[in-house]
Amino acid sequence: MFWIKRERRKFNSAGKAKSTIPEGSWKKCPTCNQIIFSEEIQRNLMVCPKCEHHFRINATERMELIVDEGTFVESYAELETDDPLNFKDIKKYKDRLKKLKEEKNKYSAIIVGEGKINNRRAKLGFFEFSFMGGSMGSVVGEKIASIVEDAIEDSIGVVIFSSSGGARMQEGIFSLMQMAKTSAALSKLKKCGLPFISVLTDPTTGGVTASFAMLGDIIVAEPCALICFAGPRVIEQTIRQTLPDGFQRAEYLLEHGMIDMIVHRNKLKETISKLLNMLKN
Amino acid sequence: MMVTYLDFERPIAELEKKVEELKHTTSTRNVDIRSETKKIETKIKKMQKDIYTTLTPLQRVQLSRHASRPYTLDYIENIFTDFQELCGDRKYNNDPAIVGGLARLGNETVMIVGNQKGRTTTEKLHRNFGMAHPEGYRKAHRLYELAERFKKPIITFIDTPGAYPGISSEERGIAEAIATNLQRMIELKVPVIAVVIGEGGSGGALALGVSNRVLMLEYSTYSVISPEACSSILFRDASKSDYAAEVLKVTSKDMLKFGIVDEIVPEPEGGAHKDHKVAGKLLKKALAKNLEELKKYSIAELLENRYDKFRKIGSFKQS
Repeated sequence: MFWIKRERRKFNSAGKAKSTIPEGSWKKCPTCNQIIFSEEIQRNLMVCPKCEHHFRINATERMELIVDEGTFVESYAELETDDPLNFKDIKKYKDRLKKLKEEKNKYSAIIVGEGKINNRRAKLGFFEFSFMGGSMGSVVGEKIASIVEDAIEDSIGVVIFSSSGGARMQEGIFSLMQMAKTSAALSKLKKCGLPFISVLTDPTTGGVTASFAMLGDIIVAEPCALICFAGPRVIEQTIRQTLPDGFQRAEYLLEHGMIDMIVHRNKLKETISKLLNMLKN
Repeated sequence: MMVTYLDFERPIAELEKKVEELKHTTSTRNVDIRSETKKIETKIKKMQKDIYTTLTPLQRVQLSRHASRPYTLDYIENIFTDFQELCGDRKYNNDPAIVGGLARLGNETVMIVGNQKGRTTTEKLHRNFGMAHPEGYRKAHRLYELAERFKKPIITFIDTPGAYPGISSEERGIAEAIATNLQRMIELKVPVIAVVIGEGGSGGALALGVSNRVLMLEYSTYSVISPEACSSILFRDASKSDYAAEVLKVTSKDMLKFGIVDEIVPEPEGGAHKDHKVAGKLLKKALAKNLEELKKYSIAELLENRYDKFRKIGSFKQS
């Protein structure tokens, strides 16, 4: 029973290990539980080098990954979220927006614009999950509808990278109506014979999935991304059943015929570029 | 039909019971208490007015879900003639939570599609509490296209807590089914009128709601999420639904103010559940008028009007 005799390790009072390694240098992979050097993950496009777990990345990182360097021009950045219901839960919606703007310099849950993917022009949208869970309110809906209409004007395709908790509750019925608005705009694009490639990344849920995100001419997903209408917790609460393994993950959707393909992040740009080239008129 | 009462309806219900009793006594004992009955009836009217003008948003939500409220099939019976139900999505199943079919409104043949709830326990289970699966929306889709092919106007009735959140629904692609309907409805080359008759719950309601005219019954609600779910998500506490109903702004008046609906259809005194026939009559009038107006437009105008209507909904600032 050697462990009884083993001396207790002494921790210093604040519980902070004396270390010269700066905070956040190591990251624990939620899938394989390995502790990995952050830089190594970053070099690997934010994919776990051990188990291929795809970490969430923000809109800017996604844009840099997909768009040819220096070709992205943002549009509709001047659109700012309003508070039509004067909504307040634990905090005021206005205060939440102000905090995001002042502290994080974030104005919207999506960045849209035009850029080149391997030299081919396309209208692009990148969701920012850290802005109110990437939820779709009036600004998100307006930006998407606007770039789709711009794509028709310029006769080019549209690619949107979704990462969203669904409709933005704080904007009530206005957020619900963005589902109709974005779907309507895509209907026009379809008639013009221009492609819409929808890329679903972790997580794509609720009103975003049940509108433009599932309307892609081609639907691509990242490995293991959660893609659903009703989230797993909502379902568990409603039907009080444990959900099957891998339920609502990208692989499950592929198996059920809901998406076209699952693409590793390091092949994403190449795949999208190939699809746009093959679909061109 | 079993009559159920909401808490705030109880004082009225008690007086109504009293009137019934008095009437019964009059007929059996041959005594004249007409003046007494009349007095109580006036009292009921006044009380009803007082209660209904001061309803809280949550009480309105409860009213929109009232168990005696007319459902789609009740309106079909009271408004249309020659209803012929059409079933199935031709792909998987027939979902009883959405009903549809051909019928006549006056002399006009129309296509009807609507969410359907059940009244008894057996019926409720059969209709899955009005929560449709993908096959329900795919049936709707099929009927929309059928109507378009034969140039029949479409009238939809919205009354659902939302699309069904369950394994069966997800594995068969509920998100895709809703999304496809949203897009298809924008393209339909016939007049489309949607009426919110009870609960307009989230995406499952909107999948029947992309139309040229959106009408809303006085005591119905329309919302992105139910006040109960909103309360448990945002406050992590389901007991705040009263407050959630207030801040979410879900009533017909709110919707008219926001420009989400075009017209509020009045209900009989005390709500549509008090008199299904009168409720039907009032809605029939509104439907006939709107249909008459829409028939004046060309297909191109109808499509443009529908696109613009949904394209312009939104509230944001330009800095």
